[in-house]
Amino acid sequence: MSSRKLKSNNLKHSECLSQVQRILRERFCHQSLHSNLFGVQVQYKHLIELLKRTAIYGESNSVLIIGPRGSGKTMLINHALKELMEVEEVSENVLQVHLNGLLQINDNIALKEITRQLNLENVVGDKVFGSFAENLSFLLEALKKGDRTSSCPVIFILDEFDLFAHHKNQTLLYNLFDISQSAQTPVAVVGLTCRLDILELLEKRVKSRFSHRQIHLMNSFGFPQYLKIFKEQLSLPAEFPDKLFAEKWNENVQCLSEDRSVREVLQKHFNVSKNLRSLHMLLMLALNRVTSSHPFMTAADLMEANQLCSMDSKANIVHGLSVLEICLIIAMKHLNDIYEEEPFNFQMVYNEFQKFVQRKAHSVYNFEKPVVMKAFEHLQQLELIRPMERTSVNAQREYQLMKLLLDSTQIMNALQKYPNCPTDVRQWATSSLSWL
Amino acid sequence: MKSRQTYSWVGRPLLDPKLHHQTYREMSVKVEGCSTELHIHVGQFVLVEGNDDENPYVAKLVELFEDGSEPRSRKRARVQWFIRFCEVPVCKQHLLGRKPAAQEIFWYDYPACDSNINAETIIGPVQVVALAPDEVIPTDLKNEKTLFVKLSWNEKKFSPLSPELFAQLEKLQEGSPRCQKSVEAKTKNIESPSCTTAERAVKRVESRHSSSKSRPAPTHPVTPRARKRLELSSSPRTPNTRISRQTSWASPDSPRRTKRKAALSEITSPSKRSQPDGLQTPSPARKAPEKTGEIQRRSCAKDDKKVSAERHMTLRPRVPALKTTVLSEERRLTPTRGGRRSSMVPSVILIPENIRKREAEEPEAQDEAVSSRHHTSRKSSLLTLNQIKQQLRFLGKSESDSEDEEFLPAAEIPDSSSEEEEDSTSPLPRTPSGASRNLRSSTKLSLQTPSKTPKKTPKPRTPHHATPRIRSRNLAAQEPASMLEEARLRLHVSAVPESLPCREQEFQDIYNFVESKLLDQTGGCMYISGVPGTGKTATVHEVIRGLQQAAQANDVPPFQYIEVNGMKLTEPHQVYVQILQKLTGQKATAIHAAELLAKRFRTQGSSQETTVLLVDELDLLWTQKQDVMYNLFDWPTHKEARLVVLTIANTMDLPERIMMNRVSSRLGLTRMSFQPYTHSQLQQILGSRLKHLRAFEDDAIQFVARKVAALSGDARRCLDICRRATDICEFSCQKPGSPGLVTVAHLLEAVDEMFSSSYITAIKNSSVLEQSFLRAILAEFRRSGLEEATFQQVYSQHVALCRMEGLPYPTMTETMAVCCQLGSCRLLLVEPSRNDLLLRVRLNVSQDAVLYALKEE
Repeated sequence: MSSRKLKSNNLKHSECLSQVQRILRERFCHQSLHSNLFGVQVQYKHLIELLKRTAIYGESNSVLIIGPRGSGKTMLINHALKELMEVEEVSENVLQVHLNGLLQINDNIALKEITRQLNLENVVGDKVFGSFAENLSFLLEALKKGDRTSSCPVIFILDEFDLFAHHKNQTLLYNLFDISQSAQTPVAVVGLTCRLDILELLEKRVKSRFSHRQIHLMNSFGFPQYLKIFKEQLSLPAEFPDKLFAEKWNENVQCLSEDRSVREVLQKHFNVSKNLRSLHMLLMLALNRVTSSHPFMTAADLMEANQLCSMDSKANIVHGLSVLEICLIIAMKHLNDIYEEEPFNFQMVYNEFQKFVQRKAHSVYNFEKPVVMKAFEHLQQLELIRPMERTSVNAQREYQLMKLLLDSTQIMNALQKYPNCPTDVRQWATSSLSWL
Repeated sequence: MKSRQTYSWVGRPLLDPKLHHQTYREMSVKVEGCSTELHIHVGQFVLVEGNDDENPYVAKLVELFEDGSEPRSRKRARVQWFIRFCEVPVCKQHLLGRKPAAQEIFWYDYPACDSNINAETIIGPVQVVALAPDEVIPTDLKNEKTLFVKLSWNEKKFSPLSPELFAQLEKLQEGSPRCQKSVEAKTKNIESPSCTTAERAVKRVESRHSSSKSRPAPTHPVTPRARKRLELSSSPRTPNTRISRQTSWASPDSPRRTKRKAALSEITSPSKRSQPDGLQTPSPARKAPEKTGEIQRRSCAKDDKKVSAERHMTLRPRVPALKTTVLSEERRLTPTRGGRRSSMVPSVILIPENIRKREAEEPEAQDEAVSSRHHTSRKSSLLTLNQIKQQLRFLGKSESDSEDEEFLPAAEIPDSSSEEEEDSTSPLPRTPSGASRNLRSSTKLSLQTPSKTPKKTPKPRTPHHATPRIRSRNLAAQEPASMLEEARLRLHVSAVPESLPCREQEFQDIYNFVESKLLDQTGGCMYISGVPGTGKTATVHEVIRGLQQAAQANDVPPFQYIEVNGMKLTEPHQVYVQILQKLTGQKATAIHAAELLAKRFRTQGSSQETTVLLVDELDLLWTQKQDVMYNLFDWPTHKEARLVVLTIANTMDLPERIMMNRVSSRLGLTRMSFQPYTHSQLQQILGSRLKHLRAFEDDAIQFVARKVAALSGDARRCLDICRRATDICEFSCQKPGSPGLVTVAHLLEAVDEMFSSSYITAIKNSSVLEQSFLRAILAEFRRSGLEEATFQQVYSQHVALCRMEGLPYPTMTETMAVCCQLGSCRLLLVEPSRNDLLLRVRLNVSQDAVLYALKEE
């Protein structure tokens, strides 16, 4: 009986855990609107006031939200729009147009997308989308028809705003800003970008029409807040079905946040990047280690996750190379030392390798040249070495100049961990003269 | 809807070997569903479908011929035009020197006008009486369908008819006995012209209903309500006059209008002519009117009967009243009885023509005609715009809409009917150079080269001009409540001030320039330069507004204003398309539009009023060959073009810098440059906007004016800063509840926010590793003495730095991520990361700034 009870307990546990994983993964991967905003209350207030004025008074505005990647720009605007739409008098009155510089790569596509999102194509009846010029004049005409008090305000959200600035003549931006500065349909143009020099990208006429309102998101929090964010991100919500489990889980999270080694891990992570996305990545990795037999996250999980995060990817590649390939890389390292970062070709590397094999090596078999060539090409495919200029068809591959994309410290560290590395190779690596 | 008509030749062709086409003496028009025919002879005066339903074009038929070169529309006619007074350009109407008689037309002595028309646009014969110069036009018109010609008009002046012309016309008049008879059979069924306005309103109601009644689409049951109302409203009158009035009104509102459309579509789209009867298929744009008149359309079959009654009346004025009532009653009850009437009225064939004749028989109709003439003249400035609007309205009016209208209470009907009436009167008068003539000439062109001419303009079936708008909001926008909100509204750049302070001199210069060109009726170019936000476009708009007012007051001749913006074009050559579209409403490809415009501006007498063209952002019209600019500046040099071109760009030396000599030479030396605003001017601008509104401290205004003047002199910036400052003020003052004045502190905050560079704060807020990477870059720069380093070099520095500061060893991957992050913010300028270790790194900020930012901690 007791075993059955245990079993049902276990079952319940695993159910709870899958719930936990679902909730937390959703939180980490989707930018859910339920999470709170951290330290951006002032900016949020500015933005929401601005949007409200457009929606309620029909005042045209333009604003740029600037901040590094992962600083919560999209979250800020989404929060603001959500709140705006909850206001009764606004929800029916506002049209939204979402554009992304990565999707709308030129003005023609952008115009079509705007027309589509404004549901204007119905009005044109049988007229299918015509040329770019027709689209532009069509849309401008449509927007021009409106006025401040009677037309429905349109909120334009331009994600990756800097990419729109690269469009030809910045036609779209000019026209959007021009509408925002003239008595036409009220619009709010909200641009999101991570470039601090965005204003320098704008053409002078476009710049003059932009209202110069900028909202900066700078990740201006310190470590204590980071810790708080960590706790909040990991805690389960109060409406979690199993109250007991949630309590236990949250208690555990509290313990974690006070744990010294956890703090160290977080501090290290914080030092590298204040980006919340990287924190999410860390927590995600740690969360994946939680199973029914290991129901609560521990400091060890986080440390492991951190290790995974901060791993050197190239060193990992080196770990998987064959001894011959390692030998070639060492030969290249020596060449770099001798010739002071001058580029090398296959023949030079092969000669260096031959010297080592003939005089010193005991464990390394003297491979034939084509075999070595093959290994060399494999390294090139792994992008550990890189040709100086494009490979032309008739150039002899042996004499093509190459550069090594590994730092000498990286090579030495990788060799330390390389499994079953022959001692003579290791010795050769430490000193190019050791075989003399 | 109009009934279908079949046009056919009568008699044998007289073959003309020289012209390769066959000429005819007579043409017969047959209305579908009616066995009678109308014969039209060469030499007769005819009405031709035009843009204006109420006043169809009048012409004398010179020749009827079949053109073999054009497969679609073979029946052609050559005519000699007459012109109505309302078709004379408004600016020239005063040349007549007297009030024109209602029925007066003018011999149109203007050879450039295309006289070759599609024979199928002929509506029917009309009576024209030539009068000797000393004769007086009979004012107590007995037969209102008769038109009188006394003078000729050659686009420049009115002159008396030459004796031989007069004799010719006189002879013609004699020769048509039918017309003569109708002149004699003057009816007395005319009401005294002094009917009250109330009566007139009633008449409108009636006319509206009857208009729909006359449409020949006999399927639906008649809605008796509207009909009844009619009867009630007209009770004091004798039934027969009422009917005649009704029927007379049938024409102007609906059938003719639809017919005109048909004509247009016929003219413009050759594909349609392939139909054997040469008539239009219903176009979507026509749906709305069709519906409006739904009630009575079914009764259209009786139309002819009406006509017959009418005709009897004309001949025997003493028709017993009872009979007509019965007739109308009958009509109501038996909606479809098309077969009978032909026996009653053998001479009547073409419905519209008859209707038109009857229309002329009525003083009210005359009244209306006069008023509509007034409409036309008033609207002639709007020309194409109206046509567009009209189409839009048809399009926009949903079906339910128009159906509703039928059941509107009587009181509301006059409104809607007057609106409709406006519709029907608004279209283009037949100005020889306007779109209509163009159209005609394009038809002519199409005769020779059918595939070439893009006859797109007024094609009603595809709503090219249907420009939709953003849907209107459900809830009205709130009005500003507090003083700060009011100030914010006034400070918005879009708010149009009553006057433009500080630009009086420039305004006067531009005004004088344009005005002089208008008065001299010549053309010219002007180049206006100035940095952004100095009020160039606003000033020109102000000038145009002023001139338009002056034109209304007849101080300057009327002109047409067109605006194009280089930034709103996708491609420089699109400017032709836009100009052409705004000028005539035509749509064409860029190349073709250029040809049409060149033709328009370069040929003699093509335009009767001056065109003022504003080209904003001129520098974007630059092309390799500079043909766009060349054309823009070349057209005004032609005397006939009467084109004034105002160009706006930012740089003062644009003509010297980017234009070829032959382009800049044509641009001329009329230049004007707008200087950036000085601080006192900015202060004045702010003051004028905030008149009587104490929202800002005086010091604050002065502060912002000085600040902006020192930075750029851009008025937009100045207004934006102030607007932001009101935000800040409102935000900070919210706690006490009474928003105070905007002070210098608020403005300072706003200026800081807008202009301070964010690099320093960005560096300060970056992570530890990012900061140490920046330090490593500085160290590497110092070591190498260069301003650029590869990632590998910086990395080694970075590792060393981290070791010194006791930070954990940074792996290559982490460091690369840091570098890319800084690069995406543009604190660093980096190459694409596929270069990996070899990617080159530069600072985008000065080294001092980085040092300063890093030291602060």
